[in-house]
Amino acid sequence: MNHLESKFGQFGGMYVPELLIPALDQLEQAFIDAQNDPEFQKEFIELLTDYAGRPTAMTLSRNLVSNPNVKLYLKREDLLHGGAHKTNQVLGQALLTKRMGKTEVIAETGAGQHGVATALACALLGLKARIYMGAKDVERQAPNVFRMRLMGAEVIPVNAGSGTLKDAVNEAMRDWSATYDKAHYLLGTAAGPHPFPTIVREFHRMIGEETRAQIMAKEGRLPDAVVACVGGGSNAIGMFADFIDEPSVQLIGVEPAGKGLHTAEHGAAIGKGTTGILHGAYSYIMQDEDGQIEESYSVSAGLDYPAVGPQHAHLSDIGRATYTAVTDDEALYAFQLLSRKEGIIPALESSHALAHALNMADEAEDGTIIVVNLSGRGDKDLAHVHSILGGETNE
Amino acid sequence: MSNEQGHNGDRYGDMFTRLNAANEGAFVPFVMLGDPDIATSLEILKALVEGGADALELGIPYSDPIADGPTIQQASIRALSHKIHPSDCFEVIRQFREIYPDTPIGLLLYSNLVIKPGLEKFYDDAANAGVDSILIADVPLRESERFVDIATKTGVKQILIAPPNASDETLAEIGKKSQGYTYLLGRAGVTGAETAATIPASELIAKLTQYKVAPPLLGFGISKPEQVKEAISAGAAGAISGSATVNIIAENLSQPEVMLSKLRDFVSAMKQATKK
Repeated sequence: MNHLESKFGQFGGMYVPELLIPALDQLEQAFIDAQNDPEFQKEFIELLTDYAGRPTAMTLSRNLVSNPNVKLYLKREDLLHGGAHKTNQVLGQALLTKRMGKTEVIAETGAGQHGVATALACALLGLKARIYMGAKDVERQAPNVFRMRLMGAEVIPVNAGSGTLKDAVNEAMRDWSATYDKAHYLLGTAAGPHPFPTIVREFHRMIGEETRAQIMAKEGRLPDAVVACVGGGSNAIGMFADFIDEPSVQLIGVEPAGKGLHTAEHGAAIGKGTTGILHGAYSYIMQDEDGQIEESYSVSAGLDYPAVGPQHAHLSDIGRATYTAVTDDEALYAFQLLSRKEGIIPALESSHALAHALNMADEAEDGTIIVVNLSGRGDKDLAHVHSILGGETNE
Repeated sequence: MSNEQGHNGDRYGDMFTRLNAANEGAFVPFVMLGDPDIATSLEILKALVEGGADALELGIPYSDPIADGPTIQQASIRALSHKIHPSDCFEVIRQFREIYPDTPIGLLLYSNLVIKPGLEKFYDDAANAGVDSILIADVPLRESERFVDIATKTGVKQILIAPPNASDETLAEIGKKSQGYTYLLGRAGVTGAETAATIPASELIAKLTQYKVAPPLLGFGISKPEQVKEAISAGAAGAISGSATVNIIAENLSQPEVMLSKLRDFVSAMKQATKK
């Protein structure tokens, strides 16, 4: 029996082999206990504050918005240790690993950001990390592979399937089904079987809580909209969680439209997908008419995933959050614009959210306040963007 | 036959009755439908029964098989590279069924292939093709209710998995819901012949008997006749062998006649070991 709700409306659940149920139940119980344990909370908050650098800043953009009466704030997760929001929940799950008496951590990674976050947390807390990464991604993301190895993690290339993130998840789940006694599967996004979507949301919810406090201090009121990019959806659910019960705050998720939603090359699971099961959860997924999973595509590896976290599927269905999509080209434009206008190089993932927020700001009424979650910094994307732009940057 | 058993009757029940009378256990090979292609697939099923298989466990190729090791993943990839659809798989079963009306046939597959067309349609199609049972690798007991309901309606038996780490609560629940047979996991991990099953499973089998589950067939890591013998001595009603069977297909892709002959020999040796 589950102690926490395992579904979000019709979405979510635990579609995994029976073999993994005891490990997921153990994790749920450890999470419940930890949430009620002041010692655990104290250690988590200390790590977030003293090691990772929370709270992160919130920056009012000076030069991005042409209408002086519209305000666009950037929640600066790019300033967090590790270079992205990922570090928050990884620290939480690494502490849970120790609490369960487990000594090993399994993780999957696409671009390598979750892998890097996992490697750093495991180095800090004395856990042995092995990280599955699609063979293609290992080649494309060499600097992150080196970072992980430098911090002591074992990086295992996955050749099966398409050699990308979804195949790395498959391989991590296979590993876990043989090693759950001593290993924790540290899943990297707000997807997968219960209790992962709930745990990942709760360990990222400080993003929204800090945003609320910061905007109240600066503006004395809640924002009109919060905007975040959505691949699996962890940074978005972290930003949304504290605002779900505030109907005046629009929640906007931005999916990757890749080369356009009219093409097959995108990663918009909510926008263009249909309901089904992938990696243990019922949600929106990209699939063919038989139910075979299709390859997703995005210029941004962190959004290149053919499913979405089940709570986002639910928030979309009930109309509480709105999901839209931004193309590679629009994201690349926003990437350059933020660099040039504000001196901040954003991650390509976050550039999707920014691109949409800029469109909103252009059309907004006077007095509108928008917060965009700048979920990560763009250092990891420099070589990739450089190769696309070929040395030319837009003025 | 009563109506409750659907239009496919009770082939598992009949099989266990026959085997008990002969003092034998069941040997059930697993292969992936459409591997390596549709035409060869039908020949493979025939060869397995000619070799002495008591029942067949059949996969439908899927893009993301999280419970399978490399051998069965590759079988899926081979089949999918020929653009095999579930409808093609049902056609192979239909053709097999015309030749062998009594051999129990189980499907072992992943949930999304069932969810996408809709549960009712999938189970109906399976029943119409002559399928006796469905086991969904990524549907644990906790999510099984609507699948069991449709199974009951369509006369298909829902097979449940008893893993080595199952709680008593889980085993009791399997006892209430299991039909046809119970898939008993010989070990943790994914499918594969590389890691042997951890027999004796006698303790778990004793518990299963206590909870009155459908006859347990031991699977995962069974590749040798000795393991079949041990499984049956430990109290299992039989053994399932997937990766070892699929390996024979993988190793003989360029010579189908040799493949079929080796499959017959393999099944025959495994079947021999079921005799008490």
